[in-house]
This record gives sequence, C-alpha cells and structure tokens, in this order.
Amino acid sequence: MTHWLHRTAIAGLMALTPLAALADETPVKGATIVVTYKDDIATLDPAIGYDWQNWSMIKSLFSRLMEYTPGTADLVPSLAESFEISPDGLTYTFKLRKGVKFSNGREVVASDVKYSIERAVNPKTQGPGAGFFGAISGFDDMSGGKAEGLSGIETPDDQTVIFKLSRPDATFLHVLAINFASVVPKEVVEAEGQDFGKKPVGSGAFVLKDWVIGQKLVFEKNPNFYVADTPKIDGFTVEVGQEPLVALLRLQQGEVDIAGDGIPPAKFLEIKNGPDAADIIVDGEQLQTGYVALNTRVKPLDDVKVRQALNMAVNKERITRIVNGRATPANQPLPPLMPGYDKDYKGYAYDIEKAKALLAEAGYPDGFTTALYASSTDPNPRIAQALQQDFAAIGVKAEIKALANANVIAAGGTEGEAPMIWSGGMAWIADFPDPSNFYGPILGCAGAVQGGWNWSWYCNKDLDARAIAADSMSDPAKKDERAKLWGSVFTDLMADAPWIPVFNERRVVAKSKRMGGPGNIYIDPTRVINYDAIYVKQ
Amino acid sequence: MIELILRRFGGALMILFGVAAITFVLLYALPADPAVQLAGRSATAQTVANIRHELGLDQPLIVQFVHYLGNLVQGDLGRSYTQKTEVMTLILARLPATLILMVSGILVEVAIGLTLGTIAALNRGGAVDRLVMTVSFIGVSAPQFVVALLLLYVFAATLQWFPMAGFGGFSHVVLPALTLGVLGAGWYARMVRSAMIDVLNQDYIRTARAKGVAERTVILRHAVPNALLPIVAMIGIDIGQFMGGVVVVEAVYGWPGIGQLAWQAIQQVDIPIIMGVTLISSLAIVTGNLIADLVAPLIDPRIRAR
Repeated sequence: MTHWLHRTAIAGLMALTPLAALADETPVKGATIVVTYKDDIATLDPAIGYDWQNWSMIKSLFSRLMEYTPGTADLVPSLAESFEISPDGLTYTFKLRKGVKFSNGREVVASDVKYSIERAVNPKTQGPGAGFFGAISGFDDMSGGKAEGLSGIETPDDQTVIFKLSRPDATFLHVLAINFASVVPKEVVEAEGQDFGKKPVGSGAFVLKDWVIGQKLVFEKNPNFYVADTPKIDGFTVEVGQEPLVALLRLQQGEVDIAGDGIPPAKFLEIKNGPDAADIIVDGEQLQTGYVALNTRVKPLDDVKVRQALNMAVNKERITRIVNGRATPANQPLPPLMPGYDKDYKGYAYDIEKAKALLAEAGYPDGFTTALYASSTDPNPRIAQALQQDFAAIGVKAEIKALANANVIAAGGTEGEAPMIWSGGMAWIADFPDPSNFYGPILGCAGAVQGGWNWSWYCNKDLDARAIAADSMSDPAKKDERAKLWGSVFTDLMADAPWIPVFNERRVVAKSKRMGGPGNIYIDPTRVINYDAIYVKQ
Repeated sequence: MIELILRRFGGALMILFGVAAITFVLLYALPADPAVQLAGRSATAQTVANIRHELGLDQPLIVQFVHYLGNLVQGDLGRSYTQKTEVMTLILARLPATLILMVSGILVEVAIGLTLGTIAALNRGGAVDRLVMTVSFIGVSAPQFVVALLLLYVFAATLQWFPMAGFGGFSHVVLPALTLGVLGAGWYARMVRSAMIDVLNQDYIRTARAKGVAERTVILRHAVPNALLPIVAMIGIDIGQFMGGVVVVEAVYGWPGIGQLAWQAIQQVDIPIIMGVTLISSLAIVTGNLIADLVAPLIDPRIRAR
C-alpha cells in the first residue's frame, strides 16, 4: 500500500514569491472585495461549469476528496482525511473527514461522493466532464445509458469511499480534484433541478448569498469551513458585464479589487510603465501552449518535410511582441510548468533557408497555397497575419480565415477541412497539472475523430501505446520515471511536426494595491484566482 | 379602429412566425455545433453524443421546430444551453434595465432633437441652421463606442460626477442615456427641421401670422404639433431597436440589458437565448410600430377622418 504522503507532487513548480517579502503582511479581518468580469457567469453547477470564470468560483463553493495547496500543483487530501492505493493501482480507498457540513446544515457522507460523481457521468446532466471518470469500473455502461450508477464506486459506511478502476490511471487523484468531482447534496440538486447552477449548495470555503442575473453575485465566507484560517476574506462580490477598460479605471480609483479579465492590450504598456505597476499587475505562467495545428490529412501538409519546413519558418520572438511580450516562445507541446517538460529539447530553430530547402526536397520549390484558420478575437487575427508573413517568406501563401471560435472549432473537428489552425483564444489550458491531459484529446488517436480537438488529425499508434504505459504507472513513487516517459512522447512526436508550438502565454490579472499575498494565488495553476487564499493587507 | 388593431395583430403574429422560422433555420445551418461547444475540450465523443441527444439536437430540423413552436405558444422559450436557466427568466431579469435605458434614451433624443430641429428650421439657411446641421451630422455619424468612452472618461473617470458602470439609481442611467440620446438626436433634429420647414410654408401658418397671432403661439400651437407625425413614427422604430439591446452602450457602461445577453449567447451558440431575444425584439418592433400607428390619429385628426 502506498500512503498519500508520497504526493503526486510536482512540488515547487511555481516559484513562490520569497516568503520574507510577505512576512510583514497581516490579512485584514472582515474584509470584502469586488471582482469584475465582462461576461456573465454561466452556471455554478460543478458538473456543468467549464469556463475559466466560473472554474475558480466553483472551486471555492464546493469541496472535493483531493485539493491542491494554494498556488501550487501539489495534491493533498481535502474532504478525504487519508487514502490508500492498492499495489496494482486499481483500488483507491478514501476515509472521509468527520463533521463536514453542507451549507444547508447536513453532514457530508460517503454516499454524497458517489452520487456527485455519478451525476457528473450521467448523460442526463449534460456535463462536459464525464469522460474524466472513464477509468472507474462501470463507466461505459453508465455513459452509454445501460446503467443507472457506477459499479466501481462503493460506500461500505458513511466515512469510506472505495473506487474500483477498470485500468490503472496515474491521473486519478487529479481527476478527484477537478471541479466535476465536487460533492453536492442530492436532496438540494433534486429539489432545484436544472436551476441548481443558480442556487448552488456545497461545503466549500464560500457560500453563494445572492445572484442578481446580469449584474452581480455575492459570495459570503462559510463559517464552518473545515480548513483552518480559510478563507481569509469575509466575502467577495463579482460584478459582471464590466468592460475590461472600465474595470481597470475603476480599479485605479479603488472601486474594484480584481479586474478578472486582466489588462486590455491597448492599456498594457501604460499600466506596465506606470508608478503602480508592481502593486497592480500580477503576471504568471499558466499551463498553456499556443500552437498552429498542421493537418496531417490535408495535402501537402501530409508530407512531414512540409510540416517541418513550416515549423522552421515561424519567427516566434516577433509573435510574442504582438502580445506585448506576455508570452514565452515555445518549442514543444508541453508548457514549462508541466512535469515532463524537456528543458534540453531544442525543437526547430527559426531558419528560412533550411525551411526553403526542405520544401524543395518535398517537391514544392515554389511553395503552395493553403488556408490558416484563426479566432476572430484580438490579438489572434494579428498573430495570424504575422504567421502569414512568415509562411510567405518561404513561398507558402496562406489565406487567413478569421472566424468565431465555435466555427473554427467546428472546422478543426471536421476531417480534411482546416489545413492550419492558430489555436489562440481556444488554446489548450490543462484541466489538471499532468502531461497526459496534454496528449489524449489534442494529439492522441482518440481526439482525431469527427468533432474532436485533435486538429492535426495526428494519430501515432506507437506513441498512443507509450501514453497508455505512462498512465498505468500509478505508483506515486514512480512519478519521475513517468514524467520522463511522458516528456519523451512529446519530444518524439515533434519529429512528425503535427504542431508548430508558438508560445506559452502568461496570464495577467490586475489587482488593487490593498490586495496581498503572492502572485501565484491570483494566477493559481489549478484555479486562476484562488478566492480561498487571497487577502486584503493592513 | 378595432378592425385596424385586429388586422395589425394578425400581421404581427405572421411576422413573428416568419422571424422564428427564419432564425431557427439559420441557426441550425451554422457550422458550429452547440453540443461540441458545450462539451468543451476534454469531452469524449460519447459525451458529445449524449449532450446532443439530451438537447434533442439529433432529431430532424422540422421536429425540433415544431417542438419549439409548441413550447412557444405556451410561453416557454426553453432553457439556455450553457446556463440551464429558463430563457424567459434570463430575459425578464434584464427587462427593467432595457426598458429604463430605452425610455430615457428616447426622452433625451426627442428633447434635444426637437429643440435643435425647430431652432434650425426657424433660422433656415442662417448660421445657426448650419451649425445645428453640422452638429447633428456629427451625432449621426459618430461611432457609439467613441462617444460612450468619451463621456465616461470625462464625466465619470475624471470629474467623477457619475458612477462609471453598473445599474442602480438615477445617476447610473445618465451617461448611457446621454450617449444614446446625443447620437440619436441628430436623426431627430434633421427630421424635425425638414418637417417644420414644410409646415411653416403652409397656408394656415401664413394665415395665423397674418391675423396677428404671436410668433411663439404660431410655433408651439400650430407648427410643432403638425411636424410631430414623423417623429412619432421614428419613436416607434426606436422602441423596437432599443428593445433588441444596444450592445455597445451596454458593454461600455456595464448596463445589464438584453444586448449583453444576446451578444454572449451568440458567442456561445446558445440557440435558445438567441431565439428568445430575436423573438422578443421582433415583438417589440412590431409593437412599437403598432403604437406609433395608434398614436398618429390622436395627433393628426386628418388620419382619424380617413
């Protein structure tokens, strides 16, 4: 048996701001803050919500068996007190913390965990996250409508949950930490039906007090939350429908504490060079890679030499300047924060002559004509233009198709439709900090299907087998070996060049001067804003 | 009169049915698949298929449309794909803000437009006329977001006379209403000017002046009411337009109107919301025009006689 102390740890990924600098900061008691977003909050139902605004709010309203230490990717038990993994990696046994209550006053018991995960898998819920639980025994029957529940979840008593897996899944603890695994009270869900997302009840750090549709959401501290000294603020109000530019003006005047949409490109340099920059701007790496998908099933991109030539044609430094330097050039699919990222891998260097030579070798000395799809939201059309110019330098004429995200996604998921897609605005951000999440849906054979997200339509059976082998290594003691194996999958696939990895974008959040704490609780790798951890300083 | 109302009511129903049918077909012809959009990045093919089935998107278009119409006649606009909330609830929640902005915007438009148009007409060809026409030309052609940001920057951010964004008391509505009003007033001013010039050349005005009626009375009692007719028609159109949401103004001032809802729904391919907002705003346009038609005879007895 392996005890939880062997963390899946990816510890120390995010360099914590030196603690000494924060030592003299004391959180103000009883503070409430204001957060703004442009878009309305869609839903707070943890089985359904899947955008980056509601993601962090759902995190704070509900609790899950596993959680991450704030600001890091370190897994720790949360609603679970302890757990054990069987040597074959197929049985996970969790002991629940005693005395945890939903905000309606009822105690959280093991059957709630079972109910909540079954609800996320149940087709009737229309949840996007069902597939994450694919390793649990009985998943196929339930997802296919043949069973009402998951045979692989057992609750011998109120304090014990046992998961039986149909295959080893090294990411399973991460799966139990994502929002879709949040624990909800059955009686409230059944009473509210589809309106549960507007009237959520959970056992997290905060409680939703009020929701004025189209205007604001008021969150209040859960006085009974089981984690000591958490949260550190008494509440927060989310004001929606706020234009980022206006939100920023309000922030500078002290009316707003966090401008959730960050700093609009037009204002970025002014703020960055302003006197308050250090206090206002939080700039952090996230688990994201912006890339050009090269469709391996469209001529002439089906020729690996053509794809390699395109990789060499892109001036990534110049493209990072288009986003005001808020990104770092990338050479492989995995972002640097992800376990398995290969520091020593060099990728395809920018080399126009070599690119031209490769194109000539492939039989296209004069280039060819193709199309580049991109999201129509700024700055993506501008990035597409820069790519277009880079491609033109080696004789490849790419027509830009700037469309609404949904249309680009639809074209990408249709075989033979989009030769090249710039992923910006729709780019892959990891659901949890594990490399497997960067492979299956976007680079594996499973994603190369109608409506899938593998826009390169790249399918390498050999790499798929290695991916499965890596995900079977669920013994936490083997985490380094596993990360290495994963890293090699990504660098090896770059030989086939299904992507042009362009950059790893950093997220920027604007906060008022009174907000305290390190930057990585405002750009938390697993939840963006960590409402449980942020505080107002004296 | 009752026959007119009934006839218009029947026409309105036909128009709404047409709008529903066309919008429905257009939305379903989109290449974007709402189920894929909803399922998000990590979803398996099975999840997408399940969502499509639960939403009824795997049924033939005509079956979906009949089903939609069946619910519609019962006042059920369906549930949002992304929010799962009833579309009617979402629209009703935003109705007060939309109505307030509509009424105050139209009031500002009419007040400014009527005043400037009348002044211009009375000084026809003079310097004042040219000035008013130039100003109204700027109003007609200035982009909404520029004016909105300008007013916001000057009166809210710098002078701090008004709050910068949000929905609340009277002070919140001033800037959004001014933005709409100032821009819309250009159209009204031009319309009032030409109508007034037309009226001022009429025989009865000359008669009134000849029998020594004070100029003030000539303008306010005889000229303005007769020049009002086109204005009423225009207000009817504006009611419909503003009800559909004024996306830019709502965005800049964080005004929780229907425009915001529609814009977000379009980005998310949330078909029930798009359908709902389209139907509500078509209903408003039809109603606005109907009201204008009904008010016209009250203002102009000649129409009543017809």
